[in-house]
Amino acid sequence: MDIAINTSHSKYQVDKNGYYGRFGGAYIPEMLYPNVEELQQQYLSILSDPAFQQEFEALLHDYVGRPSPLYFAKRLSEKYNAQIYLKREDLNHTGAHKVNNTIGQILLAKRLGKKRIIAETGAGQHGVATATVCALMGLECVVYMGSIDIERQAPNVARMKMLGATVIPATSGSKTLKDATNEAIRDWINNPTDTHYILGTAAGPHPYPDMVARLQSVISEEIKKQLFAKTGDAHPDYVVACIGGGSNAAGAFFHYLDAEDVKLVAVEAGGKGVHSGFSAATTQLGKIGIIHASKTLLMQTEDGQIVEPHSISAGLDYPGIGPMHAHLYESGRAMFLDATDDEALAAAYELSKLEGIIPAMESAHALAKLKDLPLNAADVVVVCLSGRGDKDLDTYIRHMNK
Amino acid sequence: MQNRIDQLFAKKQHGILNIYCTAGFPQLNDTLPVMTALQQHGADIIELGMPFSDPLADGPVIQNSGTIALQNGMSLRVLFEQLQHFRERIHIPVILMGYLNPVLLYGVEAFVKKCAETGIDGIILPDLPMAEYEEVYKPIFEKYNVHLIFLVTPETSDARLRKLDSLSKGFLYAVSSSSTTGKDKDINMQQSYFERLQQMKLSNPVLIGFNIRDKASFDAAAQYANGAIIGTAFIRAIENSKNIDETVRTFIATIK
Repeated sequence: MDIAINTSHSKYQVDKNGYYGRFGGAYIPEMLYPNVEELQQQYLSILSDPAFQQEFEALLHDYVGRPSPLYFAKRLSEKYNAQIYLKREDLNHTGAHKVNNTIGQILLAKRLGKKRIIAETGAGQHGVATATVCALMGLECVVYMGSIDIERQAPNVARMKMLGATVIPATSGSKTLKDATNEAIRDWINNPTDTHYILGTAAGPHPYPDMVARLQSVISEEIKKQLFAKTGDAHPDYVVACIGGGSNAAGAFFHYLDAEDVKLVAVEAGGKGVHSGFSAATTQLGKIGIIHASKTLLMQTEDGQIVEPHSISAGLDYPGIGPMHAHLYESGRAMFLDATDDEALAAAYELSKLEGIIPAMESAHALAKLKDLPLNAADVVVVCLSGRGDKDLDTYIRHMNK
Repeated sequence: MQNRIDQLFAKKQHGILNIYCTAGFPQLNDTLPVMTALQQHGADIIELGMPFSDPLADGPVIQNSGTIALQNGMSLRVLFEQLQHFRERIHIPVILMGYLNPVLLYGVEAFVKKCAETGIDGIILPDLPMAEYEEVYKPIFEKYNVHLIFLVTPETSDARLRKLDSLSKGFLYAVSSSSTTGKDKDINMQQSYFERLQQMKLSNPVLIGFNIRDKASFDAAAQYANGAIIGTAFIRAIENSKNIDETVRTFIATIK
């Protein structure tokens, strides 16, 4: 295991100014400049420090339980007439890929001498993963969560509290992930010296999109080795991942970005349908602009007000995408599809019955598009199963009875 | 014509009172009545907030005023319509404050040109990076003689402060402490930072903003700078006002 530091320069990765093509940057108010500048100056040297890498690897192995299995899903493969593998991020400690990033950032925060950790969360997976590493390291933890999400993800709220975190409801705007992120950024402005902000997705000001992608790149690093061991070829035909801000997709795509023979498929949340007015399909509905201090694609009105998105999945309910993904979309390197709430629910029930795996609502969006890919029997498809469905049981039960 | 901000500082260097109000708040068509009352009762500069859905640098009071203004139907287009003839009545400097996204979507040059045409003197965009302004947008602002005003904070290094001072025009906006707006921090705690600003002999006049809410905090700030900016406290004063002119008169009377 190894954090991607010395990767050869790729046209799909961040440039020295923090941009991916015309996307990225750090559109921060002056109050945040010292914090963001400190991270920009230090993140690469900290991440590449052998002592950091050793500690990171040991925790991923012994605490998170990595490497996560790459599982050949036989019955799903028969159904879709392809060779389908699931990257089992759902088996990680805390139940999702989010912990890869929080382990890395808590180690970074300690090296920066920070005493207090803040985070935003949508589905609660990143909040739980942050509360977990704060407990592990004995640091104070404050998690901002939209008040609507607090209602629909009650088990994760309870987990965070049990882990010792303070959960603060975000009650402005749409009361979901976007607003939780605003509140976390405002907290950081008000606590400029002792606090590190563990941002959970590959979005926000530079260097977060790159830092989070590198910390999540362990996903595709493992896929390459595991797939080679199983098939003799490290390159699948497709890598499929769901995308809200885009951290699991960034990790699953990372080591394949320059392998143009690998088709990268990002699945956005279509909500009740892309043109229903209740959607989070950013590439379909968005235009370039600034959200959470990053220049990227986002859903906005004609007046430049950020639109309140909709998805059944709290983790994908975000009106933007990370700048790396905006660039992958615009350059055509990745294919962007969207799955509706109903398609995702059907895919979740299907995976449960076919493979005995209850996926997170988010990951179910990726599974939902298997039916729309032009697959042949010999095609190798890796789906990033980013999280487990425990937190979504209420939603699943409610819709089962419909 | 010389920019009105420069005209003001040429004739007055002390005790400048800059008051922030949100456009379209508390009612959509209150923008001009509020501005007129501010001029009438002694404000030196008006900072007019362009409401935004996601105002990262603002605390709950100003956030809420923006939410209400947006619900009232405020937008950049509506604002420019309201401001079309405001210079017939209002002669003090007026600055627009807002966030970059709506301005980018409007088009930076179109926006600055429109500001110049309507008689806006300066713009504050806290999330516009200094380097991007210098490399991309500075010639546009200079062409239309609209001043871009930068923020500095207690955490801003001397070198960066110098650079921001060299790029800022009109004045430099010194944020009193590292916080969002309306945090009720005690500005007397910031004496050493204010003294540092004084000793640096900056090329721009300095106005201190954030956490200025009454006569005591205004006078404390005005000791160290050319004046100060009041936002949250003013929004609180007018949010339930039945008589805008009277509310503004009373508010300013408590400060001056």
